[in-house]
Amino acid sequence: MSNIGSYEERRGNFDWGIAREILGWRDGELLNIGVACSDRICAAGKADRIALIWEGFGDERRTYTFDDLRIHSNGFARFLVDQGVGPGDRVCIFMDKIPALYFAFLGILKAGGIAQPLFSAFGDESLEVRLESAGTGTILTTQKHVRKVRKIVDRLPDLKRIVVVQGDPDKLKDGEIFFDVEQAPRVEQFEAHSCDSETPSVLHYTSGTTGQPKGAQHAHGSLWGQALTTSWVLDLTDDDVYWCTADPGWVTGTSYGIIGPWSLGVTQCVLDSGFTSERWYRFIEENRVTVWYSAPTAIRSLMRDGEEVVAKHDLSSLRHLASVGEPLNAEAVIWSRKVYGLPFHDTFWQTETGAMMIANYPGTEIKPGSMGKPFPGIEAGLLDLTTHEPISEPGKVGLLAFRPGWPAMFRGYWRKPDVYRSKFVGASSDARPDELRTDGALWYVSGDRASVDRDGYFWFVGRDDDVINTGGHLVGPFEIESALIEHDAVAEAAAIGKPDRVNMEVVKAIVTLNPGYEPSGDLELSIMNFVRKRLSPLAMPQEIEFSDKLPKTRSGKILRRYLRALEWGEDVGDLSTLEDD
Amino acid sequence: MDEIKDVVLEYVIDEYVDEDDDVEVKHDTPLISSGIVDSFSMVSLKAFLEKKYDITIPDAEATPQAFDTIDSIAQLVQKHTS
Repeated sequence: MSNIGSYEERRGNFDWGIAREILGWRDGELLNIGVACSDRICAAGKADRIALIWEGFGDERRTYTFDDLRIHSNGFARFLVDQGVGPGDRVCIFMDKIPALYFAFLGILKAGGIAQPLFSAFGDESLEVRLESAGTGTILTTQKHVRKVRKIVDRLPDLKRIVVVQGDPDKLKDGEIFFDVEQAPRVEQFEAHSCDSETPSVLHYTSGTTGQPKGAQHAHGSLWGQALTTSWVLDLTDDDVYWCTADPGWVTGTSYGIIGPWSLGVTQCVLDSGFTSERWYRFIEENRVTVWYSAPTAIRSLMRDGEEVVAKHDLSSLRHLASVGEPLNAEAVIWSRKVYGLPFHDTFWQTETGAMMIANYPGTEIKPGSMGKPFPGIEAGLLDLTTHEPISEPGKVGLLAFRPGWPAMFRGYWRKPDVYRSKFVGASSDARPDELRTDGALWYVSGDRASVDRDGYFWFVGRDDDVINTGGHLVGPFEIESALIEHDAVAEAAAIGKPDRVNMEVVKAIVTLNPGYEPSGDLELSIMNFVRKRLSPLAMPQEIEFSDKLPKTRSGKILRRYLRALEWGEDVGDLSTLEDD
Repeated sequence: MDEIKDVVLEYVIDEYVDEDDDVEVKHDTPLISSGIVDSFSMVSLKAFLEKKYDITIPDAEATPQAFDTIDSIAQLVQKHTS
């Protein structure tokens, strides 16, 4: 019997208070995610249970109990408070998936700070934009990544502390601080910051069509949504060994790679190593992983590598598989059922929603290729593309939207209240963020298009904007174009998504060149590597097309949708605003 | 073969390894499985090889395993140049 039991019964008899029941929450308990994931589990008699099985490159392996989590997160919390970090201060975590990342995340929350995890593959420009936007005062990083911080620190007046948590202390520069929590004195007791459900917790940056990335700010009350969805969708129980393959630089890696499983006291595994099928299967086999939450890009890569490598490993420990990041194609669901004996269950949610919104549930019928059905307690709808009126006809494509009010919903875009307001259909122009997120008469618009069938299953259609979903990560075209035109050779640039068998989309750039430059293979490679180092490998165009001019509106705006339609072989639509030749 | 290895090694060090990194890349150092080169960056490495040696490497052959060491990359290049 799965944790959720009957989906229909849960949907008909739902209350978010059920999250408190499954957590065994008592009235008056301190709500602080850092405490809920460590001290609280120890107090429940699970101090000696393994919380984290960590493996790195070269088969390095370490394990940590929940008591270790408690002590090491206390250590980070004490260190940060002693350094002057106070409630609401933004503390960036910029490192690979090493154990210190997980301790630091919980420690920041215990100290009352706002954790700002950033993907460690970001280049210095991506890092700078996000640190500047958040007014980040402290960054926790490693010797491997601190060089990127050094390049930009002079342009970030708010950045007061650079803390290196792993590496050689003798290689630090002036003003940098070394802190290895595992070598520091044990901090047995730490009085965690007293929070309520609205106290800011995590700031995750996400990309939009226009402008630079925005910080989606979450609150400690997200715990209820993350714990309950973890229980009902991922079906985690006390006996499980869980593997979430996501990096905590992205929201899946915190909501379901830290908060969900650990608030339930479940053992989880982390593999901090590059992807190869053989290594992944060996990781599952050796750690007897039971529940595996991964991404379509990885699943399609595993499909590409075939069944032969699967047969070399004992994967019989697996009992439940789930996926997130981009739509999971029907072939992948069918393939996994055939090869692993288990289907991947697709889930849909976003950085902004903080927790799963639509999912396929254990024990319910999967329609391969479908997103599934709304989580109990979530009202999902489709809005007409033009009028934004709710539509109910099966199969008709509309904007995917949700009624506000779920616990894990983001509380705002950092310092961008107008952008936050723009995400709600029906909002008055002076509505405050707290009114928007609780007004059940509004619709929060996801930015995705979908349809719903007669059985209530949702089907993803595509983005409603120009954002590129590559390997499950949203990449903003504006950020890429801004980097492209910094290359000496590039005059103008447009970034679009192009179809890709493994990653769903990859970035393609169409550029015009400055006088004196000619298209060439060397130039294409130079531009690709330029963007990769500035932004990230995800943002690097996998193809660059040289063009004499770019299609623009009469007001001079580049028509990305026209270029995208050409790339995808779709109808280019209304071209009445296209600049005359 | 050794010449190909040296060219690829130089390119990998120049493009993917920073001066401050405590990483020594040799001909048998894992690149993909160690995280020195990620799957997205493999595309620029593949583009470099195709341009440098005037070859086309089919996508089906551009696997993490084939790109995991300088040795395996050199074998792939040699296969398509010979």
